[in-house]
Amino acid sequence: MNLEISDKCTGCKKCIPVCPFGALEMKEGRAEVNERCTYCGACVDVCPVEAITLHKTSAENKDLSSYENVWVYGELTEGELAPVVYELIGEGRKLADSLEEKLCVALLGCGVEDKAEKLIDYGVDTVYTVDHSRLERYNDEYYTESFTQLIQSHKPSIILLGATTIGRSLGPRTSARLKTGLTADCTSLKIDKDQQNLLQVRPAFSGNIMATIVCENHRPQMATVRPGVMERAAPREDARGEIIDFEPDFSHLKVHTTLLDSQKEQKSEVNLGEAEIIVSGGRGVGSEEDFSLIRELAEVLGGAVGASRAAVDKGWISEDHQVGQTGTTVSPRVYIACGISGAVQHLVGMENSDIIIAINSDPQAPIFQHATYGLVGDLFEIIPLLIEQLGQKESSSGANTEQQEKTG
Amino acid sequence: MNIVVCIKQVPDTDDIKIDPETNTLIREGVESIINPYDLHALETALSLKDRLGGTVTVISMGPGQVKKSLKKTIALGADHTVLLSDRSFAGADTLATSYTLACGIKELPESDLIICGKQAIDGDTAQVGPGIAEHLQIPHITYVKEIMEANEHQLTVKRETETGYDVIKMELPGVITTLMEINEPRLPSIRGILRSRKTEIPVWGIDDITIQKEFIGLDGSPTQVVKVDTPDLQAEGEIYEGEPENQVEQLIKELNDRQIL
Repeated sequence: MNLEISDKCTGCKKCIPVCPFGALEMKEGRAEVNERCTYCGACVDVCPVEAITLHKTSAENKDLSSYENVWVYGELTEGELAPVVYELIGEGRKLADSLEEKLCVALLGCGVEDKAEKLIDYGVDTVYTVDHSRLERYNDEYYTESFTQLIQSHKPSIILLGATTIGRSLGPRTSARLKTGLTADCTSLKIDKDQQNLLQVRPAFSGNIMATIVCENHRPQMATVRPGVMERAAPREDARGEIIDFEPDFSHLKVHTTLLDSQKEQKSEVNLGEAEIIVSGGRGVGSEEDFSLIRELAEVLGGAVGASRAAVDKGWISEDHQVGQTGTTVSPRVYIACGISGAVQHLVGMENSDIIIAINSDPQAPIFQHATYGLVGDLFEIIPLLIEQLGQKESSSGANTEQQEKTG
Repeated sequence: MNIVVCIKQVPDTDDIKIDPETNTLIREGVESIINPYDLHALETALSLKDRLGGTVTVISMGPGQVKKSLKKTIALGADHTVLLSDRSFAGADTLATSYTLACGIKELPESDLIICGKQAIDGDTAQVGPGIAEHLQIPHITYVKEIMEANEHQLTVKRETETGYDVIKMELPGVITTLMEINEPRLPSIRGILRSRKTEIPVWGIDDITIQKEFIGLDGSPTQVVKVDTPDLQAEGEIYEGEPENQVEQLIKELNDRQIL
């Protein structure tokens, strides 16, 4: 692989700011590439004189035609199909229709037949079951082994997994065993009509840019999708699928991990994913102590407390409050962003909110471009006013008197 | 116990802004830091070493500037460091990265435990830890929030799940990836800082390790970035400015009129 800048370079500098990695520099009136280059190709398109070319050395043309159909990994949590599975079926159906291929689910577990039948109702063409006593609880080693064997025997072209705890462990382990690509946390998936490749869009470089990623010469093309991003499939009247069972072979498998116990834990006061109103704080909040202001506003509104990554990274609030690409994807009725500038990584996690209210002192902050209502100013002045006004409103309507006491 | 910690140097993401006029990233003044999750991975290793003895080796892949981050890990208490750096490693996706790191780790004295942060804040993939484990043919446990028991032969940990946690026992050698809540990273010691100043960071290129060239860098990466877009920023909402009292008043009126709250 090589990035070449030819003599045609006129030194116009157009490529310099386009490089997301700062890998282009001006030297003696010409652009030069340094070691930070990751060959992303962003500079190639922008060059007005076509002086920049990207050479791929190993132009392998493997025969990939034996791989077909779109698969969804049918993750089970505590014996039930995880909600994200229905979302992946919704998305997988579109991809399968576009390719004129089948939509299938890989269902690994123990005693999964009723789940397989349920999946058929959602329009899945084939459910591949791996039903084995060793798969009763999730174990990376047994699951990776059976999933890999199933994939190798049926050769899907595309596999979608939820970006859950399990999906983010089973996915990379399986893709590494198959020596194929896995794109994490895709926000949009499409089929490239010419090449029939899967176009995987995800935020990259700290979520400030959107990257389209392809896995051209390897199959299956694997992608994870965060829960809450894709639209859930609906049951279909005309559903008519089949169930095919697969027998895994564990005879050569040496297992080194054992699940000793599984505990439920109260994770956070409010479930962000289901909250109607969310009040989130970001970098502008400034400290752990001042986050109490965000909590107070959330309390007055009966909403949940969210946070941007900046606030979580600084340790002002725990990770389970994080909204965004890395945290929870939310779509509440009202989202109030306080002191959040609006990095893409945050925006992709909340842009589906019905009403977005942004409070920020910087009128140039990107969050305002997405806000239904924007308040430009100091959040330490604005939020107390909001608490005062909204608190009055709530108490006059007779609700939340207890909270009024606390906040008053 | 011999422990290897994998770190990544990342841009301090808080500092990245997009120039609203050209829609490109403003890179000036963006500092490089050690991925925050990796500091917790390092702390996990250092506290295990405090209890059980042994060594902590920190490994990273990236350009020469990563040496600065590796020096910091020495100041924090790491015994050894190594940087895998070669033009041909560049452009690696998570598969090629985990393969390259695994090849580097194989060159080190035998390790009992490899610790990575849960994910890097610039890519958020969380794939390199499990990938390294697969290339080394050893088990892994992701999202570790507590180490309950550890000795040279096995490890018992709490792994965070969506609903709570699992308690998992793993025979070593193995790989774990750690959450931030697992510990509070220590500060560098004076002695460590002095040591880090004197230490030359070893750099291994492609000819210094045993590695198959077809699996590294961009050419060895199944996935490739084909397009990079800066998102469209379209103003559509109503922006209030001026006195806070007036702004709040306007907002409340609007919310009331539309019966939003």
